[in-house]
Amino acid sequence: MSKIETSKQSRRAFLSGAAAVGAGAMASGEALAQTADPLITQPQEWAQGFGDGVDATSYGLPSQYEGDIIRRNVEWLTADQISSINFTPIHALDGTITPQGCAFERHHSGAIDLSKSDYRLMINGLVDTPLVFTYEDLERFPRENHVYFCECAANTGMEWAGAQLNGAQFTHGMIHNMEYTGVPLRLLLEEAGYDTAGKWVFVEGADASSNGRSIPMDKALDDVLVAFKANGEALRKEHGYPVRLVVPGWEGNMWIKWIRRIEVTNFPVESREETSKYTDTLENGVSRKWTWAMDAKSVVTSPSPQAPVKHGKGPLVITGLAWSGNGAIKRVDVSKDGGKTWETARLAKPGEKMALTRFYLDIDWDGSEMLLQSRAIDETGYVQPTKTQLRDLRGLNSIYHNNCIQTWWVRESGEAENVEVS
Amino acid sequence: MSKYLKSITLAFAVFAITGPAFAEKFGLGRPALLAEVAAWDWDINALGEGLPSGSGDALVGEEIFAEKCAACHGDFAEGIDNWPKLAGGADTLDHEDPLKTVGSYWPHLTTAYDYIKRSMPYGNAGSLTDDEVYAIVAYILYSNNLIDDDFLLSDDNFMEFEMPNKAGFVVDDRAEAEYVIWSGAPCMEYCKDSVEITMRALVLDVTPDLDVAPEAVTPVSVVAEVPEPEAAAIDLELAAAGEKVFKKCKSCHQVGERAKNKSGPILNGVVHHAAGSVDGFKYSKAMKAVAEGGLIWTEYELAAFLTKPKAYLKGTKMSFTGLRNEADQLAVIEYLKTFAN
Repeated sequence: MSKIETSKQSRRAFLSGAAAVGAGAMASGEALAQTADPLITQPQEWAQGFGDGVDATSYGLPSQYEGDIIRRNVEWLTADQISSINFTPIHALDGTITPQGCAFERHHSGAIDLSKSDYRLMINGLVDTPLVFTYEDLERFPRENHVYFCECAANTGMEWAGAQLNGAQFTHGMIHNMEYTGVPLRLLLEEAGYDTAGKWVFVEGADASSNGRSIPMDKALDDVLVAFKANGEALRKEHGYPVRLVVPGWEGNMWIKWIRRIEVTNFPVESREETSKYTDTLENGVSRKWTWAMDAKSVVTSPSPQAPVKHGKGPLVITGLAWSGNGAIKRVDVSKDGGKTWETARLAKPGEKMALTRFYLDIDWDGSEMLLQSRAIDETGYVQPTKTQLRDLRGLNSIYHNNCIQTWWVRESGEAENVEVS
Repeated sequence: MSKYLKSITLAFAVFAITGPAFAEKFGLGRPALLAEVAAWDWDINALGEGLPSGSGDALVGEEIFAEKCAACHGDFAEGIDNWPKLAGGADTLDHEDPLKTVGSYWPHLTTAYDYIKRSMPYGNAGSLTDDEVYAIVAYILYSNNLIDDDFLLSDDNFMEFEMPNKAGFVVDDRAEAEYVIWSGAPCMEYCKDSVEITMRALVLDVTPDLDVAPEAVTPVSVVAEVPEPEAAAIDLELAAAGEKVFKKCKSCHQVGERAKNKSGPILNGVVHHAAGSVDGFKYSKAMKAVAEGGLIWTEYELAAFLTKPKAYLKGTKMSFTGLRNEADQLAVIEYLKTFAN
C-alpha cells in the first residue's frame, strides 16, 4: 500500500489517505503517537516572529487556507454566465448565517453597479401620491432586523429526473440566509397612500432585465422588507446593492434586487418571470402558477460528496440545514439506512420563521456504509416528502420547487455520493 | 396642499369601501413627476393595460429579428445553444422534456410584448420602438405557425389573440393537493423492507471538477498588486476602460484562460491575428470568405469592424449594432490585447 500522503490538501489525495485510515489501521482516537509531533516539539516560525500588522488588511477576507470554500457555478446549466446562477458552498459552512461573500448569486442581466447617490425608488399606481425616495429617505423610516433564508425556486431542480450533481453545494446551494435590516414595505405603501382596492404590487429592478414580479397586497403588507443591509453591512453588489426586496419564505426570484419601482395594481402583470418561468408543469401538462412559498426542506451538508469523512470510525458529527417558507422548523429526523429507520436530530437552537435551522446528529460511526437522509417537519405539521412522493404527484417536468429528501451514500472509505434509493 | 390638510382628507377617505389607506406619515420622499412615472412605468398586464399604440407584421419582424435577436434565438426563433427557444413545442407539455416556448407555453401574448419591450435585446434592453416590438411579437407568432406573415399585429387586435396554452395554468393548489397528504406523524421504524441504490450521480458525471480551482480561488489582498508591464507595452489604464466596454460583448464572447466559444468566438489573441481562425467556431460564409482573402485583425481593421459590423462585413453573424465611440473602440481593443492566444 502506498504511503498515506498527509501534506497535500487536494481532495483526491486526502481521500486516498482516508481510505487507508478507514481500513482500520489507526482510526482516530485509537492512534498512539509513535514519535513526538514536530509541530509541538520544534519551534515554529509563527511562534517566534511577527504576524501581520493591523494595517495589513483594511477589509478582511477568509484565511488563505479556506481558498476552496467559494461560490461555484455549473457552466452547462445556462447559455452564458451573465444570466446565470452560482451556488453557496453549504457543505463547508456551519451555523446558519451565510457570509455575503459566498452567498449564491442569480442574475438575469448581470450584477450592476448602482451607487447610493444614483439610487431612486418610485412608488406609483393606485396610490394617493406617487412618490420618489432617495437612499437617504429610506434610512429615515423606522427599521427592522430579521433573519430570513432566500432560496431560488430552482434549487435542487436539476435532480428531478435523477441523482445528477455530486455535492450539496450543487444540489442545494441556491440558498442563503442573512440578517436583513430594512424598512417594512407597508410603511412605504402607507406613505404613498395606497388604495386598499389594489390587490397587488408589481415590483421591478433597475438592471437591464428589469426583472418584475407581482406580489399580492396581503403579503406586501405583512412581512416584506425593503432592505439595505445584510449581516450588518451594506448589501453586496451581487445581492442588489444598495437596496433589494426581501420576501420571507417565498421564492428568490421575487426578492427583486436593485429595486427601483413598486406599483400598486388591481391585477397581476403576469410577467415573463411569473408565467413562462417559475411555473411548475405537472405530468398532465397543466402548470401551477403563483407557487410562491418554498415548502419545508432539509439536507445533510456534512458528510456529503464535497465533505467526506476523513477520520475513519468513531465520533462523527452529522449536520445539515432545514428550512420552511411556511413557518418555523419544528423537527428534523435523520436516517442512516436510506429511510428504513429514523432518529430525531438535535436543533442547534429552536427553529425561527422562514430562516435556516441547523441540526446535528452526533454518532459513533462503526465505519460501515450509510445512506444518509434528513427529513424536515415545520410548524404546520408538513413533513418533507421523498422524491418518489413528489414524482407521484408532479411527474418529472416541474423544474422548480423540488424539496425532496436527499440521499448521500457514505462509503466505508468515508467518501460520499449523491444517489437515489428505492 | 399642506401635509396636515392632506391627512384630514385621507381620514375621511377611510370610510369609503375603497380608498387610500390611512396611516401616520413621515413626510419622506417627494411626489413623482408625470414624466418620471412615464419613463419607468412600462409594464403591460395580462389585460393589455399599458399596451402602446402601434403595429407591425412578421415580414418586418423577420428583418429586425435577424439583426437583433437571431444571434441567440436563431433565425427561426428555434434558439441557439442554451438560449431560449421561442418557437415550436406545440402539444409537448405532457411529454417527457416538454418544449416550452412562447407558442407552446406562454398563456398571455401581453407577456411577450412586456418582456421584449422592457428587457430585450439582451445587452441593449429597452432600445426597441413600439412598432418594432409589435413586429417582433408578430414574427414569433409566425414562427410558431400561429399567424400568417402579413398579419398586421397592433394594439387594436392584440387582445383578441388567444394563446394556445391560455387554459394550461392553475393557481397554486399545493395546500389541497399535497399538504394534506404530507402531514402528520412520520414513520420512524420499519419504514421500508429493503433499500436499493437506484441511481448514482457519479455515473452521470456532470458535476464540475472541483480539483480545477477557478481563477478566483485564492483570496487576494485588498491592496491591488501592480502588474508587471507587458512586453507589448499595453496601456493598462486604457485596457481597464476597455474591460468596461467589453461588458457589451460578454454575452457572446469570452476571453481568458477558460474561455469557450459561445455565440461568438473566443477572443484571446484576436488582435493582429488572422480573421476567422478560432478552432471549433462556425463562422458565417462572409467571414470565411474574408479570412481566405487573408484578412488580419489589425487594430485599424478591428476598429472599422466594431464601428458597424454589418456594414463592414455584410452577412456576419455578429448581431451587435456597433461601437460608434472611437475611444470605446480603442479601449476594448487594448483590453483584448491583454489576452494572449
